[in-house]
Amino acid sequence: MKTFKILVGFMASLVLAFNVMATPVDTYEFKSADNQKRALSLAHELRCPQCQNQNLIDSNSPVAQDLRLEVYTMVDDGKSNDEIVDFMTSRYGDFVLYKPRLDPKTYILWLGPFVLMLIALYVALVVVRKQRGKSTAAPEMTDADRNELEALLKNKQSLDDK
Amino acid sequence: MKKLVLFIPLVLFLGMGVFLYQGLFLNPQKLDSALEGKPVPAFQLERLETPGEMLTQENLKGEVSLINVWATWCPACKYEHPYLMMLARQNILPIYGVNYRDERAPAIRELSREGDPYTLNIFDKDGRLGLDLGVYGAPESFIVDHNGIIRFRYAGPIDRNVWSETLYPMIQELQAEAKQDGV
Repeated sequence: MKTFKILVGFMASLVLAFNVMATPVDTYEFKSADNQKRALSLAHELRCPQCQNQNLIDSNSPVAQDLRLEVYTMVDDGKSNDEIVDFMTSRYGDFVLYKPRLDPKTYILWLGPFVLMLIALYVALVVVRKQRGKSTAAPEMTDADRNELEALLKNKQSLDDK
Repeated sequence: MKKLVLFIPLVLFLGMGVFLYQGLFLNPQKLDSALEGKPVPAFQLERLETPGEMLTQENLKGEVSLINVWATWCPACKYEHPYLMMLARQNILPIYGVNYRDERAPAIRELSREGDPYTLNIFDKDGRLGLDLGVYGAPESFIVDHNGIIRFRYAGPIDRNVWSETLYPMIQELQAEAKQDGV
């Protein structure tokens, strides 16, 4: 009997816990499945200004809840992704974008890796070329070299014989 | 010349080191406001003390002012409150309160208990104005010039250091600007 009571109490607390989690934002009903998909992918790419390393979906801060709801309703109102992103950045700055825009301030971010790769390719090319130059030059012998070598060897032999 | 080339990695490393070392002392909470240089967003909200009395951005125009976003649920606002009271007594500039995502009754109660430094208090129950201001937590303060343009945003509680080093010099500058315009 006692265990039964504990079990019921446990289940009740679980139900209560789930009730607390169900905020109005999270039960938002979209007009269509397409809208839902678009809104969720947008909210994934927007950063919560308060808890800075979470996106709008992950975060439970009041600001994130507000912004999430704002994104959802704007999508349902038929606003384009650009309009929604503009709405967010005009209030919270470029900081809220997890995918930074391509503008002069972010050139180094977007183009830096390619520049680094070009430098790496260039260095690799130079090194490989140098190595190849060394390995092909070494074994070659001119006729003059060969004659000289033979003369030296002969000389040495005659010295040894003495 | 050839030997100098060998130092390139060391120089790069030192450069990176200095750059990253500086990063250790940056405050990640300090974000640039996207609203600096823009007018106070349009709003139409009730006055905190009197339901039904509507306030708009026009009520905040005319002189250099401080907009202070606060709430009863915000501990840092309580910390900042005595300093705001002191500023209000000095009568330097009007302080407009934005009561952000709060309940009316406790907010009024708190002001009558702790004192009311605000010239006007805007009741922003749903945080709509806060959202338009790009507020991500209370307290936040905005310096607005006499034309209703936001000139500076400060996130966090105002204390003596912030006031005397950052906010007050800027306010004096803006007030001089306003005087030149003949306001």
